[in-house]
Amino acid sequence: MLFTFAPQEERAQPMPVPLSVQQRVWALSEWLTEHREEFRLREVVPGMGNLLVVANPASSLAPLTDAVLAQWPTVQPRPESGRTVEIPVQYGSGSGEDEGPDMALVAAHTGLSVAEIIRRHSETTYQAYCLGFQPGFGYLAGLDPSLATPRRDTPRVRTPSGSVAIGGNQTGIYPSTGPGGWQIIGRTSLVLFDPSRDSPSLLQPGDSVRFVPGGGA
Amino acid sequence: MIEVLRCGAMTSVQDLGRPGYRHLGVGHAGAMDCIAVRQANMILGNDPAAAVLEVSVAPLVLRFAEDTHVALTGTDFTASLSSTSGEHAQDVSVLPGHATPVRAGSILTLSRPTIPGAHCYVAVAGGIDVPLVLGSRSTDLSAGFGGLAGRTLAAGDQLPVGAVTGRCISSRHGVRSIRPIHILRALPGPDWDLFTAEAQDRLPKQPWRIRHQSNRMGLRLHGSSLPLRQPVELLSSGVMPGDVQVPPDGLPIVLANDAQTTGGYPRIASVIEADIWQLAHMPPSTSVFFRLVNREEAAAAMAQLQQYLTRLALTIATDVAGED
Repeated sequence: MLFTFAPQEERAQPMPVPLSVQQRVWALSEWLTEHREEFRLREVVPGMGNLLVVANPASSLAPLTDAVLAQWPTVQPRPESGRTVEIPVQYGSGSGEDEGPDMALVAAHTGLSVAEIIRRHSETTYQAYCLGFQPGFGYLAGLDPSLATPRRDTPRVRTPSGSVAIGGNQTGIYPSTGPGGWQIIGRTSLVLFDPSRDSPSLLQPGDSVRFVPGGGA
Repeated sequence: MIEVLRCGAMTSVQDLGRPGYRHLGVGHAGAMDCIAVRQANMILGNDPAAAVLEVSVAPLVLRFAEDTHVALTGTDFTASLSSTSGEHAQDVSVLPGHATPVRAGSILTLSRPTIPGAHCYVAVAGGIDVPLVLGSRSTDLSAGFGGLAGRTLAAGDQLPVGAVTGRCISSRHGVRSIRPIHILRALPGPDWDLFTAEAQDRLPKQPWRIRHQSNRMGLRLHGSSLPLRQPVELLSSGVMPGDVQVPPDGLPIVLANDAQTTGGYPRIASVIEADIWQLAHMPPSTSVFFRLVNREEAAAAMAQLQQYLTRLALTIATDVAGED
């Protein structure tokens, strides 16, 4: 049984979700995770400015909804983790034959040179807001609006793992090989998700992320 | 050890799934019909979470290296067991829902499902003993971990079998599959209010045909489309198997076990947990109806299903004890 918590005024906001809202989502998510047993919760999943809570179907939802609605207005925003994850990236050259096959397309769309795209993409510090889509895929906030490029009309059947890509006004890294609709501008050799690690996901909500040109692939 | 001699597409190792990791982007995976898995494991005296093979496309031909028992549940397949003792080859058909003894060297053949495209489960005493990954033996096919090397089975694969922990039911008895009724009970979804009154009315009234692009990620439906009051751009949020998403074309998709953990399409409804197993038995071109229920009805349906499983476990325990 599902209970999605997304206050109307926040849900209607266009992207990007302000960091202050997301910090409250992290805080509420952390609070609920600490009270997992009490509310018999199965999943607590932060989204972009929202939170999915899955409770055991046998339990009454009233104590949970009451607690969430009481917490939300007063919850102390959880600061960022303070951790910066550096992602080494081999950026594409624009030839289309390398780690960033869509670099030329992004250059054509944005009107920027490849060097300028790399500069703007790697000089920004991004915040990992939440994880989803694939195991270990971080939704990153902070893409320079001048780099926004629409998704591909037809998704690629095979986007290689480690691909660094732009989709609309977002950027991200594909942890595993699979279909993907974003424009690939580079590749990293970092393993974003490994289920055998103590902490399987390299990125955690609240982390800062920086892309470092060179030596990625 | 079990050797895979022949194998159709999409056969994989699954158990009851990998809950609790959606915040890391890890999907549920697991058997589409977890009731059938529980039945099979009860028949064989296995742990309820023992891993089984999920089969939707014939054939599947397996050779067993040791004496054991197998059980088939879910959609019925035409199945037979061939054993060679001395010069005599023997071919017997395998009844679904029974504990079927298997002699070392025997070959089990699943040739034809009674409903093409629906799922059958092959369980073995002791369970398929692939390593636990994040608490489950299920195959995460999109991320490529769990199960056997994170992929579907192929001819030549060797499947390890776990130690037998319990006793099978007597050969005189069987467990009947629960038949899908092709009606999915559903709660109004988180984005119900974003849809027109016409769409809200249409969802439970018309039959929805399952499209061919359906798979373990989701069942794509065809019918008169479900329009929104106005176009919306939703922020990505967590989604669950059973959620009924409606992309811009207005044709709903029921998310299934391998659905990704986040989505951005409006959700008009959520199939209740007690009915999600039916998704395993709704192959392309068949039709399904939705029936809207409230939370109390959803909880009651789950309690009823739980009660069935408890009663079945008791009946089986009595049967096994009676063999002494």
